[in-house]
Parts: sequence; structure tokens; C-alpha cells
Amino acid sequence: MTILIDNKAKVKESLQPKGLLRYFSFSLDHKVIGIQYLVCGFLFYLVGGTLASAIRIELISPLSDFLPRDVYNQVLTLHGTIMIFLWIVPVVNGAFGNYLIPFYVGARDMAFPRLNAVAFWLIPPSGLMLIASYFIEGAAQSGWTAYPPLSITTPQSGQIIWILSVLLLGGSSIFGGINFIVTILKLRRPGLKLMNLPMYCWAMLGTSILVVLSTPVLAGTLILLSFDIVAHTGFFNPALGGNVVVYQHLFWFYSHPAVYIMVLPAFGLVSEILPIHCRKPLFGYTTMVFSIMGIVVLGLVVWAHHMFTSGTPPWMRLFFTIATAFIAVPTGIKFFNWVATMWGGKISLNSAMLFSCGFIINFVFGGITGVALAQVPFDIHVHDTYFVVAHFHYIVYGGSVFVIFSSIYHWYPKVVGKLLNENLGYLHFALTFIGFNLCFAPQHWLGLNGMPRRVAEYDPQFQFVNQISSVGALFMAISTIPFLVNIFVSFKKGKIAGNNPWNALTPEWLTSSPPPVENWEGEAPLVREPYGYGKDYLS
Amino acid sequence: MTILNSSDEIKKREDDLDNHHEDFRIFGLIIFLIADGMTFAGFFAAYLTYKAVNPLPEGSIYELELSIPTLNTILLLISSATFHKAGKALVNQKNDLSQKWLIITASLGITFLICQLFEYFHLPFGLTDNLFASTFYALTGFHGLHVTLGTLMILIISWQIRINGGRITYKNMFPLEAVELYWHFVDGIWVILFIILYLY
Repeated sequence: MTILIDNKAKVKESLQPKGLLRYFSFSLDHKVIGIQYLVCGFLFYLVGGTLASAIRIELISPLSDFLPRDVYNQVLTLHGTIMIFLWIVPVVNGAFGNYLIPFYVGARDMAFPRLNAVAFWLIPPSGLMLIASYFIEGAAQSGWTAYPPLSITTPQSGQIIWILSVLLLGGSSIFGGINFIVTILKLRRPGLKLMNLPMYCWAMLGTSILVVLSTPVLAGTLILLSFDIVAHTGFFNPALGGNVVVYQHLFWFYSHPAVYIMVLPAFGLVSEILPIHCRKPLFGYTTMVFSIMGIVVLGLVVWAHHMFTSGTPPWMRLFFTIATAFIAVPTGIKFFNWVATMWGGKISLNSAMLFSCGFIINFVFGGITGVALAQVPFDIHVHDTYFVVAHFHYIVYGGSVFVIFSSIYHWYPKVVGKLLNENLGYLHFALTFIGFNLCFAPQHWLGLNGMPRRVAEYDPQFQFVNQISSVGALFMAISTIPFLVNIFVSFKKGKIAGNNPWNALTPEWLTSSPPPVENWEGEAPLVREPYGYGKDYLS
Repeated sequence: MTILNSSDEIKKREDDLDNHHEDFRIFGLIIFLIADGMTFAGFFAAYLTYKAVNPLPEGSIYELELSIPTLNTILLLISSATFHKAGKALVNQKNDLSQKWLIITASLGITFLICQLFEYFHLPFGLTDNLFASTFYALTGFHGLHVTLGTLMILIISWQIRINGGRITYKNMFPLEAVELYWHFVDGIWVILFIILYLY
């Protein structure tokens, strides 16, 4: 049987392009697809980051002098859309999911490799299309939420391209989600039970359920919106008897779960990284599983807390406030589990660990402002101000993006076979952490004092704090330089990592680095206890 | 020791997994159909909300005839049954019979589409006349798109089921089973749509 597999692997290998060329081909190998997602996502992150820099430069002064107002609107729309749909969602789901899930379930590939490749190759064209819309008649100007009537009255071509692009990305996301659910539930190695799986599998299962249930609703909504724009129907146009609030309900039915689609996989990744670098078992595995599933269920019924100022009736406010506050419970359980995992552990404070710790600190801060925002009176006060901007950047940047960097430091030796330089990693972390907090912490103050978001001009009294924020953004922009240098230099000259540089027990480390085409020479190892650290058989 | 090399039974299942790779395609399709169903759920939710909170302006025309949609419902229900017959025939290795049932199913689908177009052309309102009209065309049109795709797929598999050289046989049932599942799904959506849009 082993010979048969070897032959199969050889035939498969001989048909694929070699070396770096593989990453530009329609490869069916889950590891290649994972890296494709990651690199493609990172390129879009650089674009989105450039746009963010443009926003921060514009906000150094209270007047709209660097960017005209309509260009400012396009820039913030593109920034939001690119960062969400082309960077965080594809990377925390597609990149790490495709790379790790087959290892974790003990399979040789995902359940549907072709569907997987299709899902990836939908992303670059739709991303390029979105960026290109800026150069045609101007990109969409209505923000990443595309609320009507704004999205109906602003120039049409950009908005329509935006809709098409988001529809394609949504399709990609759904195909990915189907693949993950089938792989995790059906492709597990014989003898491996669901409760033996590493936590990232549970996180991806929960995320994929959210993707499959909520993304199609967004697709339907955007189809209706495009009817409004192109065919002049009146679904969301009050002048024609329509109802804008219906759009908001349908949109947030996807876009609130989208927050969990961005952050649940990050939870999973952190749960993989912490035990390895603390040399302790993950604290409270079962509670972690139940809290993930709790977040999935609750995440689907809290969407209207984005709409407390949209004329929501009192019963709706009451229900959605309570439901939202409830989410703090499973999230809090996860937070305490991570802290308890670190407690008394033999912590090695390397770059991966530093970014994970940074994540925990930022995320708890973003979580606290989140609970505050769920309260109707407070939400009405700060709605559409910089307080909200600060809150969600603490979740998606301080949360998800910190975890992405942490994961890159952690899994780079697996993918490349060489270690990243730790000193450059420390520099990267210091710049990112200081820059991030310097950029977004002052924005809480701005929001509480009433500075509205999405406007190029502001009251001069806010200038000083905005300048502090822009300095923070400068630090964040600079922080990508040591990171990129590190990636390229270590690729050539990095220290050879060996197969298992972290002495980890999770299955992806039990094969060679980089792994062979079908993941294992011979059969997959059966790992029933992926977090069995601190016991004497592996010191 | 956590890393185990396992018992004979597990070994045997492993051989199965490596050499045959169990078929998960139907399971994947079911998840896709759940996702597709959520799109319709979004449309239904929008329609019901409009009905509840957005009264149409005075003098809006929104009358629907029941005769054609009722006929259409019957057509689709029959087509589900004929598709089932086709599957049965294929299991019994009667490819020509299976092909006949499939062609009957496809004709029922085409008749459904013709009837719907006929209804569209004879309705007293157009796409942009009022909110009800827009929602009506969006919902039935999106469903009609599903029927069109389904009919095309049925025609393709009915060609592939031909006796000499077709790739669908009783050993390779998947394409037929997949399209059948999809067709029943589209059928079910129509029944819900018929109840919500025409009867309720």
C-alpha cells in the first residue's frame, strides 16, 4: 500500500510545475493554495495600508487639503473593503485554514481540491477589479457598508464594480466554507475523534457554519441593491416606496457574523500558538469548544446592535442589547482560558508569542469597548464617531492582524524550513504594538468628544489628537519594513529550522519541513492529545 | 504515548480512505444548497418585511392570477416524481428508460419556464411599477434562474446517460443524484414561494 501511495504522489508531483512557479499555477495542493492566499492577501494588505496612510495624512490637518472630499470617500471605502474582504477574511480562513486543516485532520488534502483552487483564483481578479474601479470613473464612495440611499445616489459605475467584486469574494468564501466543513467532519483520519482535534479545527468549523449561513444573505441583498442602481427599482429607495432599514437588517445579518468570521479563526490560531510556547496544555479544551459554538449561535442573532439609531423599536433594542452582552460570556471564557494556559508556563517570549500576547491585550480592550457599545444609550451617543472606529480596529487589527503576524512567525519554519530572525521580529512587534496603540487609543477620546467618522474635514480642536494618531499610523507603516526584510532575508539566509523547531505535538510538526506533496511519507500520525505538554515524554 | 500506530480495523479503514476516497460530494452539495436556501430566505424575509411595514401607495396594482402558478406548482411536483423514476430506472440498469424519464422531466421544466414567461407578459405591472412588483419579479426571477440551470443540467445528464459510451451508469450515479437533489430543492423552494407570494 505504501508503494501505491508513493507512486500516486510521484505521478501527482510530476504533473505539477516546480519550485516557485507552483504558486502561480492552478495548483490543487492545499499547502500551495494556503500560501497563495497568504501572499495574495498580504499584497492587498499593502494596498489597503497605503490607503490607510493616505487617510491619516489627510487627517493631519482639519481641512481637506491632501485629498479632495470625493476622493477621500473613495479611499476610505476601498480601504475598508480591501482590508476586510481581501486581507483578513481570506488570510485567517483561506490561508491558514488550507495550510493547517488537512494536517490537523490527518488527511492528504482538502475534501474538494479543485473547488479549493477555484475559490482562491476568484480572489485576485475581483480584487484587481475593485482597485481598477478607482481609475475608471472613481471607486465606490459609500463606505464598506454601502448603505442606500448613499450607494444609490453616488456615481454608479464604481458602486456596481464594488458589488460585483464583493459578490465574487462572497462566492469564494462560501466555496471555502463548504470545503472546510466537509474536510473537518468527513475527512478525519480513522481513530481521530472530534474532541481530539486541535482547537483551530473547531474555530474553522464554527466560522464555516457562519460563512455558509450568512454570506448568501449578503449576496441576495447586493443583488437587490444592484437592481436599485441599474434598473431603478425601489427596494431600498424611500422615494419609490422602498425601505432602507431592510437593507441594513439584511446587510448586518451577514456583516455582524463577518466580525466572527474574521476573529474566530484568530482565536483558534492563538489557541494553537500559546500552548506550544508556554509548554503547557491548552486550559479548558471543552469549554473552549462550547464557547466557540456559543459564539456561532449568538453571533447570528445580534446584528441589529449596529442599527440602534435606525429607528429600531424598543423591544428590538432590548433583545439585541441583551444578546450582544451575552457574547461577552463565551468570549470571556476564551480570554481566561488563554491567560490560564500561560499561567505558570515555561514561556519563551519569542516573536510569535509576543504577537499573541499583544493580541490578548488589544482584544480585551476592544472587547470592553464592544460591551460598552452594546448598551443603547451609550451607543446612540457615540454612533458613527471615531469611538466606533477605534473599537473595531482594536478587534480586527489588534485582534486578527496581530494573530496573523504571530502565526507567520510561528509557521514560517514549517513552510520554508528556516527560522525567522528574532531581533527583526522584536523590532517589528515593538513598532506595530506601539504604533497601533498610539494610532487607535486616542481615537476613543475623539469619538467621545463627537468627531464623526468618514469625513475628510473636522473641527480644529481635534487637530492635536489626530496628529498623535497619524504619528502612530506612521509607526505602523514603518513596521512592515523590518517584517518584509525578515521574510526575504530569512528565506535566503535563515537558520535551518529542522522538522520541529518548537518541539510541538500538533500533527503538522510531525512531518518534514517543508512537508512533502501529500503531507506524510507513509500514513498520517494519530494525534489524540495535541496539547499534551509538560509531561516527561517530550521535554 | 500520544502518537499511536493503530489497530487492524483502523488500518483497514485507512486503506479504504487512501485508495477509494469515500464520496463526500453529496454532503458538500447539501451544504451548498443550505447556503443557496439562505439566499432565498433573505429574499423572503425582505418580502415579508415590506408586506408588514411598507403599505403600497393608493391605486397600486398588485393582483395575481392563481391559475398559471397553480399549474406550475403541479408541473414541478410531477417533475420531481419523474426524476425519481429516472433514478430508479438507472439503478435497475435500464439506461434508455432512465433517459426517457429525464427528458420528460426536462420538458416539464421547460413548460414551467414557458408558463412563467407567459404569466410575466400578461401581468398588469412591470418590474419598477411598485415595491410589490419589484419583489415579485426578483423572487420568481431568481427561482426561474434556478429552474433554467436545473433544466440545462438535466438535459446534459440525459445525454450522458446514453447506452453506448455515456459516462453515467449505475456505477457512477453521482451526477444524476446531485441534479436530482438540486431539482427537489428548487421544487421545495417553489412550494414555499407559491405559499408566501400567491396564497398568503
